Amino acid sequence: MIAIDDISALSSHYDLVVVGAGPAGLSAAARAADLGLSVLLADENPAPGGQIYRAVTTTPVVQRDILGEDYWLGAGIAARFERSVASYAARCTVWALGPDETSPGAFELGLSLGSKARMISAAQVILATGAQERPFPIPGWTLPGVMTAGAAQIALKSAGIVPAGRTAIAGCGPLLYLLAGQLAAAGTEIVAVLDTTPRANWAKALAALPDFLRSPYLAKGLKLMAKARRSLRFVSGVTGLAAQGDRQLSGVRIVRGSTAETLACDTLLLHQGVIPSVNLASAAGCALDFDETQHAFVPRVDAWFASSVGGIAIAGDGAGIGGAESAALRGEIAAFDAARKLGRLSEAERDRQAAPFQAELTRRLRGRRFLDLLYKPAAQFLAPPADETIVCRCEEVTAGQVRDAASRLGVTGPNQMKAFLRCGMGPCQGRLCGPTVVELIAQTRGTTPAETGYYRLRPPVKPVTLAELAALPPTDEATKAVVR
Amino acid sequence: MSQLGNSADVIVIGAGIHGCSTALHCALRGLSVILIEKDHAGRHASGVNAGGVRQLARHVAEIPLSNASMALWHDIENLVDDDCGFTSDGQVLVAEDEADLAQCRARVDDLNLRGFHHEEMIDAKELREIVPAVSETCPGGVISRRDGAAIPLRATQAFKRKAQSLGVDVREGVKVTKVEPDGAHWRVVTDAGNLVAPRIVNAAGAWADRIAADLGEPVPLEVIAPMLSITAALPAFIKPVVILRGRKLSFKQFGNGTVLIGGGYLGRAIRDENRTILDWHKLASNVRTVWELFPIMRGAPIVRSWAGIEARMPDDLPVFGRSARHEGVYHQFGFSAHGFQLGPGAGAVMAEIIATGRSNVPIDGLGIARFATQAGSAAHSAR
Ligand SMILES: Cc1cc2nc3c(=O)[nH]c(=O)nc-3n(C[C@H](O)[C@H](O)[C@H](O)COP(=O)(O)OP(=O)(O)OC[C@H]3O[C@@H](n4cnc5c(N)ncnc54)[C@H](O)[C@@H]3O)c2cc1C
Repeated sequence: MIAIDDISALSSHYDLVVVGAGPAGLSAAARAADLGLSVLLADENPAPGGQIYRAVTTTPVVQRDILGEDYWLGAGIAARFERSVASYAARCTVWALGPDETSPGAFELGLSLGSKARMISAAQVILATGAQERPFPIPGWTLPGVMTAGAAQIALKSAGIVPAGRTAIAGCGPLLYLLAGQLAAAGTEIVAVLDTTPRANWAKALAALPDFLRSPYLAKGLKLMAKARRSLRFVSGVTGLAAQGDRQLSGVRIVRGSTAETLACDTLLLHQGVIPSVNLASAAGCALDFDETQHAFVPRVDAWFASSVGGIAIAGDGAGIGGAESAALRGEIAAFDAARKLGRLSEAERDRQAAPFQAELTRRLRGRRFLDLLYKPAAQFLAPPADETIVCRCEEVTAGQVRDAASRLGVTGPNQMKAFLRCGMGPCQGRLCGPTVVELIAQTRGTTPAETGYYRLRPPVKPVTLAELAALPPTDEATKAVVR
Repeated sequence: MSQLGNSADVIVIGAGIHGCSTALHCALRGLSVILIEKDHAGRHASGVNAGGVRQLARHVAEIPLSNASMALWHDIENLVDDDCGFTSDGQVLVAEDEADLAQCRARVDDLNLRGFHHEEMIDAKELREIVPAVSETCPGGVISRRDGAAIPLRATQAFKRKAQSLGVDVREGVKVTKVEPDGAHWRVVTDAGNLVAPRIVNAAGAWADRIAADLGEPVPLEVIAPMLSITAALPAFIKPVVILRGRKLSFKQFGNGTVLIGGGYLGRAIRDENRTILDWHKLASNVRTVWELFPIMRGAPIVRSWAGIEARMPDDLPVFGRSARHEGVYHQFGFSAHGFQLGPGAGAVMAEIIATGRSNVPIDGLGIARFATQAGSAAHSAR
């Protein structure tokens, strides 16, 4: 691995740029480099690992059983990447991706590193930007003391920090139990796990149960669940939640059907599953479809994870949630195809080499559908019923405002909604409100999220400063032409 | 769709601010209208522009229309039941040096001779009072005090909604594929059936050349993609919209602190895919000017850049008025990156011409006939 810590050390052109250094990106970059491609792996974090294996090479949490054996699998993936000849730019933000107007079929990427911006080009791009937590808008979720479970996990992995005081964890999904277990092991005082998994989901998920019973998810899932249940106070069937407190969280109101209680706590962690992080893919023009099972917008990809934009592939959870092991496999498969597209592998050779990875992927994904169906959040947690619930944190837009604009002003989609309420126009570019705004519009107008559509994302996908942009080196078409 | 839904007094093609405004004003005059839009109202230039409501620095041929429009902007809520986010803090054109300033003075003198008084000279002192952050070296400029800005998509959709409430049949997601004569009327062929009307208005923005070509009136329309960028919120430091005379820059801080940066730098439009491609090197030049003139902006995060698909004519003036060849055909397109401000007034004037055959607002120099001689050579227009 060649570490790049100054933006001027980047080449002006790579065969392949991989964005995101989680399991998918690390595997894709290592594989592609092994196949002889010139590869850049760019990631905004200080160290490889992505979300799941965050800081796996640098974490201060050395006691292995706190984060669990699955976490340490990441060390192997990172080590393999480090042995490759790929270039790696940490703390590097990719903020634009579009066609290279000087070279048909190639791409131009905007990158920032160390407060400097630069445009480079790539023949192929693999986006491995992973997943983000699904927004979980409840009344009071913007109070200090409330955060996402994912944010708590980042603090634990990268700095060994655990939440302060009495901590409640609420929501649903396999990661919720994993995190509860990790935090408890690290010494957090967990006062309750508030499970919002809708009871009715069991019936819907039943048809997918046989696959799940033969899947690798099962053993792991049961273990996590059993561990959490054994050691922690578990409240199931939660149908309503509200964070309470005056300027600071003091407790959480819990509704279960017709009963309600308030639980005092200092920290409330929210999590209701993860969804693909689609901003860069969408800004690059990749088509998205609404996946009913995962209940999320997912980039359209083929069997090799090629998106609707020729030359851009999307590997890992960014192309649909499948978990860490599947992400690594999808990275490998996308890399084989990139090599084929660049003429380094014949089609037959690609197929032969990728076959074992594809077989393993099928095995790994078996049972996923069951999890997706079981942990699909309840309607009231997707489209908050209380009008005063904040939906867009950047612009402080409430659920009631969105419903009102959708009905009274006839706003039919999230892009139009921006003009009326500014939701999605803040620095987060709709990452935190997009799914909820779509849900509210669909609910109000009696349509589906698929018909409502998603935000048209606009670059820079992550903010760049005016000074960085102003200092972009001018292009020199002539040098470019010679270099290629 | 209503039952008698395939004919009306007027069919308007394109629901940008121009199509919506013309439809609304026709309805106000008692005409029945069908308004057809292939995407949704305001999806293109009218919904994504800089929102500048500017009389400053307009070509004299446009000034009467612009004046008519400005009167409506200042009473916009009465017209469309929505304030459209319109605010009026003036627009200032900054002269960067004495030569610039001399040009400004010549322009203002010329306007005064023609009887237009909306542009006034300001000296260095007043410039700095109005635009405190501007670089010390700028010697003065021109101000148009009634200018301002509005929220583009909100304004366009407010026109649409008001038109709808007056009975206009708005059909979004319907594309006009052809227009042709049908006896003494016009048949408008769409992907959702045929419509017929004695009068049609071509307000199809960057696609209007295709409608014009169907009508045997080809025009050298260029499809352009002007780019804009916006920053995260900054402390308030500037009220009016600022434009430069020499270099390309327009600049506006909104009430919420965000700053919009434009200047007419072009990306590339792919009009058949509703898509634009940004040119970051040009955007870099664009923000470099800001970097130089407004040091307080240097650390500001740029949160979004985008482009809109717009129609530009070779002389940067719109095509506005009756067809040069046909009864019952009216053109209203080619606003060349400054048509948002003109929308309310142009619609009123167009409706007046349609309903009464004439208007007191002079539109000389804007007719499609000015391209008639080039008809043969217009085939190069970007298809
Ligand atoms: C980035 C940018 C910044 C700008 N800034 C300003 C500014 O600050 N101030 C200002 O005054 N002006 C500005 N402008 C210019 C202004 O936005 C346009 O001149 C104006 O909006 C044009 O309005 P329109 O209704 O003619 O066109 P459009 O808004 O493009 O509307 C035309 C509509 O016709 C539809 N259409 C086309 N063909 C068909 C068909 N066959 N069937 C059905 N529908 C069809 C299109 O889908 C489109 O919605 C800017 C433009 C851009 C792009």
